[in-house]
Amino acid sequence: MTAAGGQPVLRFEQVTVQFDAGPVLDRVSFEAFEGESRVIFGAAGSGKTVLLKTALGLIQPDSGRVFAFGQDLTRMSEREMFEIRSRIGMLFQESALFDSLTIEENVAYPLLNQRSIRCPAADVHRRVQQALEFVELGGTLEKFPSELSGGMRRRAAIARAVVTEPPLILYDSPTAGLDPITAHTIIALLIKERDLSHTTTLVVTNRYQDGNLIANFRYNSEQGRLDRIENGARQSTKTIFMVMREGRLVFEGDQDRLERSTDPYICKFVKQRES
Amino acid sequence: MLDWLKAPVASVQDFFVLTGRTFRNILRRPHYVDDIILQMDIIGVGSLGIATITGFFAGAVMALEMSKALATYGQINKTGTLVSLTLVRELGPVLTALMLAGRNASGIASELGSMKVTEQIDAMRALGTDPDQKLVKPRLLATSAMLPLLTVISDFIGMCGGWIIAQLFLGIPSKLYWSSAWQALSWPDDVIFGLLKPLVFAVVISMVGCFYGLRTTGGTQGVGRATTQAVVMATITIFLLDLMMTKIFVSLGGVQ
Repeated sequence: MTAAGGQPVLRFEQVTVQFDAGPVLDRVSFEAFEGESRVIFGAAGSGKTVLLKTALGLIQPDSGRVFAFGQDLTRMSEREMFEIRSRIGMLFQESALFDSLTIEENVAYPLLNQRSIRCPAADVHRRVQQALEFVELGGTLEKFPSELSGGMRRRAAIARAVVTEPPLILYDSPTAGLDPITAHTIIALLIKERDLSHTTTLVVTNRYQDGNLIANFRYNSEQGRLDRIENGARQSTKTIFMVMREGRLVFEGDQDRLERSTDPYICKFVKQRES
Repeated sequence: MLDWLKAPVASVQDFFVLTGRTFRNILRRPHYVDDIILQMDIIGVGSLGIATITGFFAGAVMALEMSKALATYGQINKTGTLVSLTLVRELGPVLTALMLAGRNASGIASELGSMKVTEQIDAMRALGTDPDQKLVKPRLLATSAMLPLLTVISDFIGMCGGWIIAQLFLGIPSKLYWSSAWQALSWPDDVIFGLLKPLVFAVVISMVGCFYGLRTTGGTQGVGRATTQAVVMATITIFLLDLMMTKIFVSLGGVQ
Protein backbone atom coordinates (compact mmCIF):
# COMPACT_ATOMS: atom_id res chain seq x y z
CA MET A 1 0.00 0.00 0.00
CA THR A 2 2.85 2.38 -0.52
CA ALA A 3 2.65 5.22 -2.93
CA ALA A 4 4.99 5.93 -5.78
CA GLY A 5 6.62 8.69 -3.74
CA GLY A 6 6.26 11.32 -1.08
CA GLN A 7 4.60 11.35 2.29
CA PRO A 8 0.97 10.40 2.73
CA VAL A 9 -1.69 13.09 2.50
CA LEU A 10 -3.51 11.45 5.39
CA ARG A 11 -2.15 9.01 7.96
CA PHE A 12 -3.90 7.26 10.83
CA GLU A 13 -1.65 5.66 13.45
CA GLN A 14 -3.39 3.29 15.86
CA VAL A 15 -6.30 5.72 16.24
CA THR A 16 -8.86 4.92 18.93
CA VAL A 17 -11.97 6.99 19.59
CA GLN A 18 -14.16 6.15 22.58
CA PHE A 19 -17.74 7.22 23.09
CA ASP A 20 -19.84 6.42 26.17
CA ALA A 21 -20.97 3.10 24.72
CA GLY A 22 -17.41 1.95 23.95
CA PRO A 23 -14.81 2.35 21.19
CA VAL A 24 -16.14 3.59 17.84
CA LEU A 25 -12.68 3.49 16.27
CA ASP A 26 -10.39 0.77 17.52
CA ARG A 27 -6.66 1.08 16.70
CA VAL A 28 -7.26 2.11 13.08
CA SER A 29 -4.15 2.61 10.95
CA PHE A 30 -3.88 3.47 7.25
CA GLU A 31 -2.22 5.88 4.86
CA ALA A 32 -3.76 7.70 1.91
CA PHE A 33 -1.44 9.04 -0.74
CA GLU A 34 -1.79 11.84 -3.26
CA GLY A 35 -4.24 11.09 -6.08
CA GLU A 36 -5.52 7.96 -4.36
CA SER A 37 -9.22 7.10 -3.98
CA ARG A 38 -10.31 5.20 -0.89
CA VAL A 39 -13.72 3.64 -0.70
CA ILE A 40 -14.84 2.82 2.85
CA PHE A 41 -17.56 0.22 3.41
CA GLY A 42 -19.11 -0.77 6.71
CA ALA A 43 -22.41 -1.45 8.41
CA ALA A 44 -24.24 1.33 10.23
CA GLY A 45 -22.39 2.22 13.44
CA SER A 46 -19.11 0.71 12.26
CA GLY A 47 -17.25 4.02 12.66
CA LYS A 48 -17.10 5.29 9.05
CA THR A 49 -18.40 8.79 9.77
CA VAL A 50 -16.30 9.07 12.93
CA LEU A 51 -13.25 8.13 10.85
CA LEU A 52 -13.90 11.00 8.42
CA LYS A 53 -14.60 13.48 11.21
CA THR A 54 -11.41 12.40 12.97
CA ALA A 55 -9.49 12.92 9.72
CA LEU A 56 -10.81 16.49 9.67
CA GLY A 57 -9.99 17.10 13.34
CA LEU A 58 -13.65 17.48 14.31
CA ILE A 59 -13.25 14.58 16.73
CA GLN A 60 -10.08 14.18 18.78
CA PRO A 61 -8.91 10.58 19.22
CA ASP A 62 -8.46 9.15 22.71
CA SER A 63 -5.23 7.54 21.60
CA GLY A 64 -3.17 7.29 18.44
CA ARG A 65 -2.22 10.03 16.00
CA VAL A 66 -3.71 11.55 12.86
CA PHE A 67 -1.50 13.29 10.32
CA ALA A 68 -2.91 15.41 7.51
CA PHE A 69 -0.41 16.88 5.05
CA GLY A 70 2.36 15.80 7.43
CA GLN A 71 0.96 17.73 10.41
CA ASP A 72 -0.19 16.02 13.59
CA LEU A 73 -3.83 17.01 14.17
CA THR A 74 -3.85 15.51 17.65
CA ARG A 75 -1.40 18.16 18.88
CA MET A 76 -3.21 21.15 17.40
CA SER A 77 -5.67 23.58 18.94
CA GLU A 78 -9.00 24.27 17.19
CA ARG A 79 -7.63 27.55 15.82
CA GLU A 80 -4.45 25.96 14.49
CA MET A 81 -6.54 23.34 12.69
CA PHE A 82 -8.38 25.92 10.56
CA GLU A 83 -5.43 26.16 8.17
CA ILE A 84 -5.34 22.38 7.68
CA ARG A 85 -9.12 22.21 7.28
CA SER A 86 -8.97 24.78 4.50
CA ARG A 87 -7.09 22.12 2.51
CA ILE A 88 -9.70 19.45 3.14
CA GLY A 89 -13.16 19.46 1.57
CA MET A 90 -15.95 17.55 3.27
CA LEU A 91 -19.37 16.47 2.12
CA PHE A 92 -21.47 15.71 5.19
CA GLN A 93 -24.01 12.89 5.29
CA GLU A 94 -26.99 15.26 5.58
CA SER A 95 -25.37 17.83 3.26
CA ALA A 96 -25.17 20.25 6.24
CA LEU A 97 -25.98 23.31 4.15
CA PHE A 98 -26.76 26.35 6.31
CA ASP A 99 -30.55 26.76 6.33
CA SER A 100 -30.49 30.51 6.76
CA LEU A 101 -28.17 31.15 3.81
CA THR A 102 -28.89 30.99 0.07
CA ILE A 103 -27.08 28.43 -2.05
CA GLU A 104 -24.75 31.17 -3.29
CA GLU A 105 -23.93 32.21 0.29
CA ASN A 106 -23.46 28.58 1.30
CA VAL A 107 -20.98 27.89 -1.48
CA ALA A 108 -19.23 31.22 -0.88
CA TYR A 109 -18.92 30.47 2.85
CA PRO A 110 -15.51 28.71 2.77
CA LEU A 111 -14.10 31.35 0.41
CA LEU A 112 -15.13 34.15 2.75
CA ASN A 113 -14.45 32.49 6.09
CA GLN A 114 -11.30 30.44 5.65
CA ARG A 115 -8.60 32.97 6.36
CA SER A 116 -5.85 31.01 4.63
CA ILE A 117 -7.81 30.99 1.34
CA ARG A 118 -7.68 34.79 0.93
CA CYS A 119 -10.07 34.91 -2.01
CA PRO A 120 -10.51 38.49 -3.30
CA ALA A 121 -14.11 39.65 -2.77
CA ALA A 122 -14.48 40.43 -6.47
CA ASP A 123 -13.58 36.86 -7.33
CA VAL A 124 -16.03 35.15 -4.98
CA HIS A 125 -19.13 35.30 -7.21
CA ARG A 126 -17.24 33.95 -10.23
CA ARG A 127 -15.84 30.98 -8.28
CA VAL A 128 -19.21 30.21 -6.70
CA GLN A 129 -20.88 30.28 -10.13
CA GLN A 130 -18.12 28.03 -11.48
CA ALA A 131 -18.51 25.53 -8.64
CA LEU A 132 -22.29 25.43 -9.04
CA GLU A 133 -22.00 24.96 -12.80
CA PHE A 134 -19.59 22.09 -12.11
CA VAL A 135 -22.41 20.32 -10.25
CA GLU A 136 -24.97 21.50 -12.82
CA LEU A 137 -26.79 23.80 -10.42
CA GLY A 138 -25.95 27.11 -12.11
CA GLY A 139 -29.49 28.47 -11.76
CA THR A 140 -29.95 27.98 -8.02
CA LEU A 141 -27.85 30.82 -6.61
CA GLU A 142 -30.73 32.69 -5.00
CA LYS A 143 -32.56 29.63 -3.70
CA PHE A 144 -32.48 28.41 -0.10
CA PRO A 145 -31.53 24.78 0.71
CA SER A 146 -35.13 24.01 1.74
CA GLU A 147 -36.25 24.80 -1.83
CA LEU A 148 -34.03 22.08 -3.35
CA SER A 149 -34.54 18.34 -3.62
CA GLY A 150 -32.32 15.92 -1.67
CA GLY A 151 -30.13 15.22 -4.68
CA MET A 152 -29.76 18.92 -5.50
CA ARG A 153 -28.82 19.68 -1.90
CA ARG A 154 -26.16 16.96 -2.06
CA ARG A 155 -24.81 18.51 -5.29
CA ALA A 156 -24.79 22.00 -3.75
CA ALA A 157 -22.88 20.57 -0.78
CA ILE A 158 -20.36 19.05 -3.22
CA ALA A 159 -19.97 22.51 -4.80
CA ARG A 160 -19.26 23.94 -1.33
CA ALA A 161 -16.72 21.17 -0.65
CA VAL A 162 -14.81 21.71 -3.91
CA VAL A 163 -15.07 25.50 -4.34
CA THR A 164 -11.72 26.07 -2.60
CA GLU A 165 -10.10 23.35 -4.75
CA PRO A 166 -8.81 21.35 -1.76
CA PRO A 167 -6.29 18.57 -2.45
CA LEU A 168 -8.12 16.14 -0.13
CA ILE A 169 -11.89 15.59 -0.18
CA LEU A 170 -13.92 13.45 2.23
CA TYR A 171 -17.37 12.30 1.14
CA ASP A 172 -19.66 10.90 3.84
CA SER A 173 -22.32 8.66 2.28
CA PRO A 174 -22.80 10.85 -0.82
CA THR A 175 -25.48 8.55 -2.26
CA ALA A 176 -27.37 7.61 0.91
CA GLY A 177 -31.12 7.92 0.52
CA LEU A 178 -30.98 8.87 -3.15
CA ASP A 179 -32.63 7.13 -6.10
CA PRO A 180 -30.26 5.14 -8.39
CA ILE A 181 -30.19 7.79 -11.14
CA THR A 182 -29.37 10.65 -8.77
CA ALA A 183 -26.86 8.42 -6.93
CA HIS A 184 -25.12 7.72 -10.26
CA THR A 185 -25.03 11.48 -11.02
CA ILE A 186 -23.43 12.19 -7.64
CA ILE A 187 -20.74 9.52 -8.10
CA ALA A 188 -20.10 10.78 -11.64
CA LEU A 189 -19.52 14.28 -10.19
CA LEU A 190 -17.19 12.82 -7.61
CA ILE A 191 -15.16 11.03 -10.31
CA LYS A 192 -15.16 14.19 -12.44
CA GLU A 193 -13.76 16.22 -9.52
CA ARG A 194 -11.16 13.54 -8.79
CA ASP A 195 -9.94 13.30 -12.38
CA LEU A 196 -10.01 17.00 -13.25
CA SER A 197 -8.42 18.26 -10.03
CA HIS A 198 -6.36 15.14 -9.18
CA THR A 199 -7.62 15.17 -5.62
CA THR A 200 -7.13 12.51 -2.98
CA THR A 201 -10.59 11.16 -2.20
CA LEU A 202 -12.10 9.24 0.70
CA VAL A 203 -15.65 8.02 0.10
CA VAL A 204 -17.81 6.39 2.75
CA THR A 205 -20.61 4.38 1.19
CA ASN A 206 -22.75 1.31 1.70
CA ARG A 207 -23.25 0.69 -2.02
CA TYR A 208 -20.78 -1.54 -3.82
CA GLN A 209 -21.85 0.04 -7.13
CA ASP A 210 -20.37 3.36 -5.95
CA GLY A 211 -16.98 1.79 -5.23
CA ASN A 212 -17.11 -0.12 -8.50
CA LEU A 213 -17.72 3.08 -10.48
CA ILE A 214 -14.95 4.95 -8.65
CA ALA A 215 -12.46 2.12 -9.27
CA ASN A 216 -13.33 1.36 -12.90
CA PHE A 217 -14.44 4.59 -14.53
CA ARG A 218 -12.76 7.85 -15.31
CA TYR A 219 -14.03 11.19 -16.51
CA ASN A 220 -13.61 11.92 -20.21
CA SER A 221 -13.28 15.70 -20.26
CA GLU A 222 -13.52 15.90 -24.06
CA GLN A 223 -16.81 14.02 -24.28
CA GLY A 224 -18.08 15.12 -20.85
CA ARG A 225 -18.95 11.59 -19.75
CA LEU A 226 -17.63 8.63 -17.77
CA ASP A 227 -15.59 6.04 -19.66
CA ARG A 228 -14.82 2.56 -18.44
CA ILE A 229 -11.12 2.10 -17.72
CA GLU A 230 -9.68 -0.50 -20.07
CA ASN A 231 -8.36 -3.78 -18.70
CA GLY A 232 -5.03 -3.44 -17.00
CA ALA A 233 -5.41 0.30 -16.45
CA ARG A 234 -7.32 -0.09 -13.18
CA GLN A 235 -4.08 0.09 -11.22
CA SER A 236 -3.47 3.64 -12.40
CA THR A 237 -6.65 4.89 -10.75
CA LYS A 238 -5.26 3.81 -7.37
CA THR A 239 -8.53 2.89 -5.72
CA ILE A 240 -8.18 1.20 -2.36
CA PHE A 241 -11.13 -0.40 -0.57
CA MET A 242 -11.45 -0.40 3.20
CA VAL A 243 -14.02 -2.27 5.25
CA MET A 244 -14.93 -1.20 8.80
CA ARG A 245 -16.53 -3.45 11.37
CA GLU A 246 -17.38 -2.34 14.91
CA GLY A 247 -14.71 0.35 14.83
CA ARG A 248 -11.97 -1.87 13.44
CA LEU A 249 -10.47 -1.77 9.97
CA VAL A 250 -10.95 -5.39 8.87
CA PHE A 251 -9.97 -5.07 5.22
CA GLU A 252 -7.70 -2.84 3.17
CA GLY A 253 -6.83 -3.64 -0.43
CA ASP A 254 -7.73 -3.29 -4.09
CA GLN A 255 -10.92 -4.44 -5.79
CA ASP A 256 -9.54 -7.81 -6.90
CA ARG A 257 -8.58 -8.71 -3.33
CA LEU A 258 -11.92 -7.48 -2.07
CA GLU A 259 -13.81 -9.65 -4.53
CA ARG A 260 -11.69 -12.69 -3.67
CA SER A 261 -12.29 -12.29 0.05
CA THR A 262 -14.16 -15.16 1.68
CA ASP A 263 -14.93 -13.27 4.89
CA PRO A 264 -18.76 -13.41 5.24
CA TYR A 265 -18.95 -9.79 6.49
CA ILE A 266 -16.89 -8.44 3.59
CA CYS A 267 -18.78 -10.62 1.09
CA LYS A 268 -22.03 -8.91 2.09
CA PHE A 269 -20.81 -5.63 0.59
CA VAL A 270 -19.44 -7.23 -2.59
CA LYS A 271 -22.52 -9.35 -3.19
CA GLN A 272 -24.76 -6.29 -3.37
CA ARG A 273 -23.59 -6.01 -6.97
CA GLU A 274 -25.02 -9.39 -7.86
CA SER A 275 -28.38 -8.76 -6.23
CA MET B 1 -21.64 4.70 44.76
CA LEU B 2 -21.61 8.32 43.62
CA ASP B 3 -21.52 7.43 39.92
CA TRP B 4 -24.91 9.07 39.37
CA LEU B 5 -23.28 12.41 40.21
CA LYS B 6 -20.72 12.15 37.42
CA ALA B 7 -23.01 13.24 34.57
CA PRO B 8 -24.50 16.35 36.24
CA VAL B 9 -21.10 17.43 37.57
CA ALA B 10 -19.59 16.97 34.11
CA SER B 11 -22.47 19.02 32.62
CA VAL B 12 -21.89 21.88 35.07
CA GLN B 13 -18.19 21.76 34.27
CA ASP B 14 -18.91 21.83 30.50
CA PHE B 15 -21.26 24.77 31.02
CA PHE B 16 -18.60 26.80 32.81
CA VAL B 17 -15.97 25.84 30.22
CA LEU B 18 -18.24 27.10 27.43
CA THR B 19 -19.06 30.28 29.36
CA GLY B 20 -15.41 30.92 30.16
CA ARG B 21 -14.42 30.37 26.53
CA THR B 22 -17.14 32.72 25.32
CA PHE B 23 -16.11 35.48 27.75
CA ARG B 24 -12.51 35.04 26.61
CA ASN B 25 -13.69 35.37 22.99
CA ILE B 26 -15.48 38.68 23.60
CA LEU B 27 -12.41 40.74 22.77
CA ARG B 28 -11.06 38.29 20.21
CA ARG B 29 -11.57 38.69 16.48
CA PRO B 30 -13.62 38.08 14.40
CA HIS B 31 -16.59 39.87 15.97
CA TYR B 32 -19.41 39.09 13.48
CA VAL B 33 -21.09 42.48 14.05
CA ASP B 34 -23.91 41.62 11.60
CA ASP B 35 -24.82 38.57 13.68
CA ILE B 36 -24.78 40.62 16.90
CA ILE B 37 -27.15 43.21 15.38
CA LEU B 38 -29.41 40.49 13.98
CA GLN B 39 -29.61 38.81 17.39
CA MET B 40 -30.30 42.17 19.08
CA ASP B 41 -33.23 42.56 16.72
CA ILE B 42 -34.52 39.02 17.31
CA ILE B 43 -33.98 39.01 21.08
CA GLY B 44 -34.57 42.68 21.91
CA VAL B 45 -37.05 44.10 19.42
CA GLY B 46 -38.75 40.72 19.09
CA SER B 47 -39.37 40.53 22.84
CA LEU B 48 -40.55 44.13 23.24
CA GLY B 49 -44.24 43.18 23.04
CA ILE B 50 -44.13 40.43 25.63
CA ALA B 51 -41.93 42.52 27.97
CA THR B 52 -44.28 45.53 27.89
CA ILE B 53 -47.42 43.42 28.36
CA THR B 54 -45.82 41.61 31.31
CA GLY B 55 -44.66 44.89 32.84
CA PHE B 56 -48.05 46.56 32.39
CA PHE B 57 -50.04 43.82 34.07
CA ALA B 58 -47.46 43.35 36.83
CA GLY B 59 -47.69 47.07 37.67
CA ALA B 60 -51.49 47.13 37.45
CA VAL B 61 -51.95 44.06 39.65
CA MET B 62 -49.39 45.34 42.16
CA ALA B 63 -51.27 48.64 42.42
CA LEU B 64 -54.58 46.87 42.99
CA GLU B 65 -53.24 44.40 45.56
CA MET B 66 -51.04 46.83 47.47
CA SER B 67 -53.65 49.58 47.62
CA LYS B 68 -55.89 47.20 49.54
CA ALA B 69 -53.20 46.50 52.14
CA LEU B 70 -52.12 50.14 52.32
CA ALA B 71 -55.72 51.30 52.79
CA THR B 72 -55.80 49.31 56.05
CA TYR B 73 -53.13 51.65 57.43
CA GLY B 74 -54.53 54.76 55.74
CA GLN B 75 -51.49 54.92 53.44
CA ILE B 76 -53.14 54.48 50.05
CA ASN B 77 -51.16 57.47 48.75
CA LYS B 78 -48.02 55.31 49.02
CA THR B 79 -49.22 53.00 46.24
CA GLY B 80 -46.77 54.58 43.77
CA THR B 81 -43.90 53.93 46.19
CA LEU B 82 -44.65 50.25 46.49
CA VAL B 83 -45.31 49.75 42.80
CA SER B 84 -42.06 51.40 41.76
CA LEU B 85 -39.95 49.67 44.42
CA THR B 86 -41.25 46.17 43.72
CA LEU B 87 -41.03 46.68 39.98
CA VAL B 88 -37.52 48.10 39.84
CA ARG B 89 -36.00 45.84 42.46
CA GLU B 90 -37.80 42.59 41.84
CA LEU B 91 -40.67 42.09 39.45
CA GLY B 92 -39.30 44.05 36.47
CA PRO B 93 -35.97 42.19 36.24
CA VAL B 94 -37.35 38.76 37.18
CA LEU B 95 -40.54 38.76 35.09
CA THR B 96 -38.79 40.19 32.02
CA ALA B 97 -36.01 37.62 32.40
CA LEU B 98 -38.55 34.79 32.75
CA MET B 99 -40.34 35.94 29.61
CA LEU B 100 -37.04 36.03 27.75
CA ALA B 101 -36.09 32.62 29.14
CA GLY B 102 -39.32 31.21 27.74
CA ARG B 103 -39.02 32.98 24.43
CA ASN B 104 -35.29 33.19 23.75
CA ALA B 105 -33.51 30.45 25.73
CA SER B 106 -35.88 28.04 23.98
CA GLY B 107 -35.34 29.75 20.61
CA ILE B 108 -31.57 29.66 20.97
CA ALA B 109 -31.55 26.01 22.14
CA SER B 110 -33.82 24.83 19.33
CA GLU B 111 -31.96 26.78 16.63
CA LEU B 112 -28.51 25.60 17.69
CA GLY B 113 -29.89 22.11 18.44
CA SER B 114 -31.27 21.81 14.91
CA MET B 115 -27.94 22.97 13.53
CA LYS B 116 -26.16 20.39 15.68
CA VAL B 117 -28.24 17.39 14.63
CA THR B 118 -28.04 18.33 10.95
CA GLU B 119 -24.22 18.60 11.22
CA GLN B 120 -24.25 22.34 10.45
CA ILE B 121 -22.09 23.02 13.54
CA ASP B 122 -19.53 20.47 12.30
CA ALA B 123 -19.72 22.02 8.83
CA MET B 124 -19.07 25.44 10.34
CA ARG B 125 -15.94 24.13 12.07
CA ALA B 126 -14.87 22.33 8.91
CA LEU B 127 -15.25 25.55 6.92
CA GLY B 128 -13.00 27.62 9.17
CA THR B 129 -15.44 29.16 11.63
CA ASP B 130 -15.41 28.80 15.40
CA PRO B 131 -19.06 28.16 16.43
CA ASP B 132 -18.39 29.81 19.80
CA GLN B 133 -17.44 33.02 18.02
CA LYS B 134 -20.09 32.88 15.32
CA LEU B 135 -23.07 31.56 17.30
CA VAL B 136 -22.53 31.87 21.05
CA LYS B 137 -20.78 35.24 21.37
CA PRO B 138 -23.36 37.24 19.35
CA ARG B 139 -26.20 35.74 21.39
CA LEU B 140 -24.46 36.50 24.70
CA LEU B 141 -23.67 40.10 23.71
CA ALA B 142 -27.10 40.73 22.19
CA THR B 143 -28.98 39.36 25.21
CA SER B 144 -26.70 41.26 27.63
CA ALA B 145 -27.37 44.50 25.77
CA MET B 146 -31.12 44.02 25.29
CA LEU B 147 -32.37 42.51 28.55
CA PRO B 148 -31.41 45.54 30.75
CA LEU B 149 -33.06 47.83 28.17
CA LEU B 150 -36.19 45.69 28.07
CA THR B 151 -36.25 45.69 31.87
CA VAL B 152 -36.13 49.49 32.01
CA ILE B 153 -39.01 49.66 29.50
CA SER B 154 -40.93 46.98 31.39
CA ASP B 155 -40.41 48.86 34.70
CA PHE B 156 -41.72 52.09 33.20
CA ILE B 157 -44.73 50.45 31.53
CA GLY B 158 -45.44 48.70 34.86
CA MET B 159 -45.49 52.05 36.64
CA CYS B 160 -47.85 53.33 33.94
CA GLY B 161 -50.08 50.30 34.62
CA GLY B 162 -50.08 51.17 38.32
CA TRP B 163 -50.85 54.80 37.49
CA ILE B 164 -53.88 53.81 35.35
CA ILE B 165 -55.24 51.74 38.26
CA ALA B 166 -54.49 54.60 40.66
CA GLN B 167 -56.45 56.94 38.39
CA LEU B 168 -59.37 54.68 37.58
CA PHE B 169 -60.01 52.93 40.88
CA LEU B 170 -58.03 54.48 43.71
CA GLY B 171 -58.49 58.22 43.16
CA ILE B 172 -54.81 59.00 43.75
CA PRO B 173 -53.77 62.26 42.04
CA SER B 174 -51.30 61.72 39.17
CA LYS B 175 -48.73 64.11 40.63
CA LEU B 176 -48.79 62.31 43.98
CA TYR B 177 -48.50 58.87 42.35
CA TRP B 178 -45.54 59.80 40.17
CA SER B 179 -43.70 61.80 42.82
CA SER B 180 -44.01 58.97 45.37
CA ALA B 181 -42.95 56.45 42.72
CA TRP B 182 -39.93 58.55 41.77
CA GLN B 183 -38.86 59.43 45.32
CA ALA B 184 -39.05 55.78 46.41
CA LEU B 185 -36.08 54.91 44.24
CA SER B 186 -32.67 55.58 45.72
CA TRP B 187 -29.84 56.67 43.46
CA PRO B 188 -27.59 54.92 42.59
CA ASP B 189 -28.41 51.68 44.47
CA ASP B 190 -31.78 50.86 42.93
CA VAL B 191 -30.76 51.83 39.42
CA ILE B 192 -27.49 49.91 39.52
CA PHE B 193 -29.09 46.88 41.12
CA GLY B 194 -32.11 47.10 38.83
CA LEU B 195 -29.74 46.86 35.87
CA LEU B 196 -27.22 44.44 37.38
CA LYS B 197 -29.86 41.75 37.84
CA PRO B 198 -30.99 41.70 34.18
CA LEU B 199 -27.36 41.70 33.06
CA VAL B 200 -26.67 38.55 35.12
CA PHE B 201 -29.96 36.99 33.93
CA ALA B 202 -29.00 37.76 30.33
CA VAL B 203 -25.80 35.76 30.72
CA VAL B 204 -27.82 32.88 32.17
CA ILE B 205 -30.49 32.92 29.42
CA SER B 206 -28.06 33.11 26.50
CA MET B 207 -25.47 30.70 27.85
CA VAL B 208 -27.99 28.09 29.03
CA GLY B 209 -29.74 28.26 25.63
CA CYS B 210 -26.45 27.90 23.75
CA PHE B 211 -25.16 25.17 26.07
CA TYR B 212 -28.20 22.92 25.67
CA GLY B 213 -28.40 23.67 21.94
CA LEU B 214 -24.77 22.77 21.28
CA ARG B 215 -24.94 19.49 23.20
CA THR B 216 -28.11 18.28 21.46
CA THR B 217 -28.10 14.67 20.33
CA GLY B 218 -30.75 12.33 18.98
CA GLY B 219 -32.45 14.07 16.06
CA THR B 220 -35.65 16.11 16.30
CA GLN B 221 -36.63 14.45 19.58
CA GLY B 222 -33.31 15.63 21.00
CA VAL B 223 -34.02 19.19 19.83
CA GLY B 224 -37.32 19.17 21.74
CA ARG B 225 -35.59 17.80 24.83
CA ALA B 226 -32.81 20.42 24.65
CA THR B 227 -35.38 23.21 24.31
CA THR B 228 -37.33 22.07 27.37
CA GLN B 229 -34.16 21.59 29.42
CA ALA B 230 -32.93 25.06 28.48
CA VAL B 231 -36.15 26.78 29.61
CA VAL B 232 -36.37 24.80 32.86
CA MET B 233 -32.71 25.31 33.74
CA ALA B 234 -32.72 29.02 32.83
CA THR B 235 -35.89 29.59 34.92
CA ILE B 236 -34.54 27.78 37.99
CA THR B 237 -31.18 29.56 37.72
CA ILE B 238 -32.88 32.96 37.43
CA PHE B 239 -34.85 32.35 40.64
CA LEU B 240 -31.77 31.06 42.44
CA LEU B 241 -29.55 33.96 41.37
CA ASP B 242 -32.33 36.45 42.15
CA LEU B 243 -32.50 35.17 45.71
CA MET B 244 -28.72 35.27 46.08
CA MET B 245 -28.38 38.77 44.64
CA THR B 246 -31.25 40.12 46.71
CA LYS B 247 -29.65 38.67 49.83
CA ILE B 248 -26.34 40.33 48.96
CA PHE B 249 -28.15 43.60 48.24
CA VAL B 250 -29.99 43.46 51.56
CA SER B 251 -26.76 42.59 53.42
CA LEU B 252 -25.03 45.58 51.82
CA GLY B 253 -27.76 47.81 53.19
CA GLY B 254 -29.36 48.55 49.84
CA VAL B 255 -32.92 48.19 51.14
CA GLN B 256 -34.20 51.08 53.20
